[in-house]
Amino acid sequence: MVSKIRCAGFGGQGIVLMGKLLAQAGMMEDKHTTFFPQYGAAMRGGTANCSVVVSDDAIASPMAQEPDVVLIMNGPSLDKFEPAVRPGGWIFYNTSLIDREVERDDVEVFKVAANELADEVGSTRSANMVMLGAFAGKLGTVSVEALLGSLDVMLTGKGDKIMNLNREAMKRGAALAE
Amino acid sequence: MERIFTMPEAMKPEQTLYCPGCGHGIIHRLVAELVDEFGIRDRTIGIAPVGCSVFADKYWNFDVISAAHGRAPAVATGMKRGRPDSFVICYQGDGDLAAIGTAETIHAANRGEHFVTVFVNNAIYGMTGGQMAPTTLVGQRSMTCQLGRDPAIMGYPIRVCELLKDLPGVAFMARGSVDSPKNVLKTKKYLKKAYSNVLEGKGYSFVEIVSTCPTNWGMTPVKALEWLRENMLEHYELGVFRDCDAEA
Amino acid sequence: MSERVLMKGNEAIGEAAVQAGCQCYFGYPITPQNELTAYMSKRMLEEGRVFIQSESEIAAINMCFGAAAVGVRTMTSSSGPGISLKQEGISYVAGAELPLFFVNVMRGGPGLGNIAPSQADYFQCTKGGGHGDYRVIVYAPSDVQEQYDYTMLGFDLADRYRIPVLLATDGILGQMMEPLVLKKYKDPGDLPSKEAWRLGDPATKEPIWITSVRLGEGELEEHNFKLQKKYEEIAEKEVRFEEISLDDADIVMVAYGTSARVARSAMEMARAEGIKAGLLRPITLWPFPEKRLREIADKVDNMLAVEMSLGQMWEDVRLAVCGACRVHLHGRTAGGVPEETAIVDQIRKIMNSKGDEIIRNF
Ligand SMILES: Cc1ncc(C[n+]2csc(CCOP(=O)(O)OP(=O)(O)O)c2C)c(N)n1
Ligand code: SF4
Ligand SMILES: [Mg+2]
Repeated sequence: MVSKIRCAGFGGQGIVLMGKLLAQAGMMEDKHTTFFPQYGAAMRGGTANCSVVVSDDAIASPMAQEPDVVLIMNGPSLDKFEPAVRPGGWIFYNTSLIDREVERDDVEVFKVAANELADEVGSTRSANMVMLGAFAGKLGTVSVEALLGSLDVMLTGKGDKIMNLNREAMKRGAALAE
Repeated sequence: MERIFTMPEAMKPEQTLYCPGCGHGIIHRLVAELVDEFGIRDRTIGIAPVGCSVFADKYWNFDVISAAHGRAPAVATGMKRGRPDSFVICYQGDGDLAAIGTAETIHAANRGEHFVTVFVNNAIYGMTGGQMAPTTLVGQRSMTCQLGRDPAIMGYPIRVCELLKDLPGVAFMARGSVDSPKNVLKTKKYLKKAYSNVLEGKGYSFVEIVSTCPTNWGMTPVKALEWLRENMLEHYELGVFRDCDAEA
Repeated sequence: MSERVLMKGNEAIGEAAVQAGCQCYFGYPITPQNELTAYMSKRMLEEGRVFIQSESEIAAINMCFGAAAVGVRTMTSSSGPGISLKQEGISYVAGAELPLFFVNVMRGGPGLGNIAPSQADYFQCTKGGGHGDYRVIVYAPSDVQEQYDYTMLGFDLADRYRIPVLLATDGILGQMMEPLVLKKYKDPGDLPSKEAWRLGDPATKEPIWITSVRLGEGELEEHNFKLQKKYEEIAEKEVRFEEISLDDADIVMVAYGTSARVARSAMEMARAEGIKAGLLRPITLWPFPEKRLREIADKVDNMLAVEMSLGQMWEDVRLAVCGACRVHLHGRTAGGVPEETAIVDQIRKIMNSKGDEIIRNF
């Protein structure tokens, strides 16, 4: 099984961190995994996206050009990546910042009010964690436990308060899928 | 209704893709306005250096050539010598002009080449994501001096005007800034002098412009202007460093 | 399984160099290798070693020349335009027979090109690169672990043969993160001592002259013959490659680095539909596995070079097989990355073609 995931949003939403956490979680579950950021001058203009591949076998290209799953945090990113998803793939999107419907009818859609749920937990900045939790809870590509574990590795040195916020946000997202 | 804000003819009607609060946009515009004011658009050649302003050709509405990193003064020399009736604007960032291209800069100045150099000093490598520039201030943090610039290991920020001003080939040399409307106007005055010098065949004319890079400084546009004023202007004094007319 | 960490290719190279005892790093920023320079700016100072962000690539390579001459392990890194600027210095290093390790994280060219991944510097990497009759050992890793491992090995071979060793990667391999085992560096124990030739060592009795200039009658030619001997020894001993599913293969792909990752997955797709495809992955680009390719060419009718350049490695494959089989080309460049499905399409086309037709994807 191979799963190609694309995370996208605007700079400041923690898109790169989302990708790293996914890859870290995949590694902790002894899967093959790669993380590949969009890099260089393309970063100008405030959008961010990255690719993660999680697989039982060796991974060819780490670039998810035709992703199985996209985790979309803002409107422009939905416009950009909706057409790219593989038919039959999944679009998870942040309805807090996107008020349109997905137009394609050959993909599965999962709506996440990421900002609002993050607000309930205590900080809008954890919206990315809500999205990750929802993805893991729904599809199980990586487990919610592994994602929680990856937080400890990737965010070492952050205070308890931030760690707890992120954990709670992730669990809140995962609960959506139940 | 009277139109008070129009696009210079020497500027294409494009929205620039520079980050919000970036000095390059303003400086591109000053360069273009003067091309119009002198009526030289048809014979002007701009150089788009390697740096964020590598995209200058998208915005300037006159001939533009892209030079290799740091080699703009050599390319400018070739163009001006090959076609003496051209008006050449050698636009460069601090990494381009004062690191990899130092030799070309010094020798073009020393030969008294007849072109205008516009030197955009934002104390950082913008294009490549915020590494230390030769003009990065002592203590300023960057991707390659993460604890702040330490002069014991990395040397001091270079003051290019002070370094070049005594070369006999230099006809005009000044340092302006884009931190306030007043300073923008003053910078335009310096540039105007540089243009007219070159058009009158007086020789190498150089304007350094202290500028901002909010993105790689990690600041909002407003904060970046404050930081420029409070930190850069102390090390990079504004004013005229050389003026062959005043000396005559 | 030993402890794995998730690490970026560029940073893995940096860490391996630190572990291998690199004393001096000199470099100039350029995308897509910036994380390596940034990593070294931090780690080298932590270790009390030397990091300089030089004023240019020309300066960086000449700083390396100096550091190598006093006998310490040194390295530099860059991408296309910067590597081009370093070529003069690399030629001097080769001529003076100094050890040097350097990295090219390849991007799109020619000229300023773009910053997207590519393998378009293949010729420059493998044919010397600068002026004169010399060679550079070239490693072409295809994942983060190999970038780490071959960095360490690269320092050893540079010292063993007193030669420039190049790690040739690309924007994908440099930028991607993958699990990595941070192996400890093991000194091979049999590397030649530098005491006899290094400069500035008070222990040496006679003055030492390190140079690449040889003006005496016939002197330079003699030196070149000596270099060639060394290159022949390297070609004999140091060639490396990986063979995947070659035993029953009807068609053999040849691919390295990122291209090899994709070719491997295309190979599996082709096999799933009954086409017996195999893969030979050169790990050293120089020396190139030409002997092995020649042997394989006698057993198959078709080879397919898959590369992120437009036929540069293809030339070496054709030279190696010397007309013994057809050699086709799948080339992408300047940010274009080969896609599995497109490769399999081409393989099908090749299997259905006859005569001496050569099939290319462009
Ligand atoms: C030979 C070579 N080395 C390195 C680079 C990578 N590079 C592109 S822009 C740049 C620095 C630009 O900084 P600066 O001149 O200060 O311009 P800014 O972006 O700040 O305006 C570098 C190092 C290159 N393109 N060519
Ligand atoms: S990175 Fe800096 S110099 Fe480049 S466009 Fe943005 S603000 Fe301007
Ligand atoms: Mg700059």
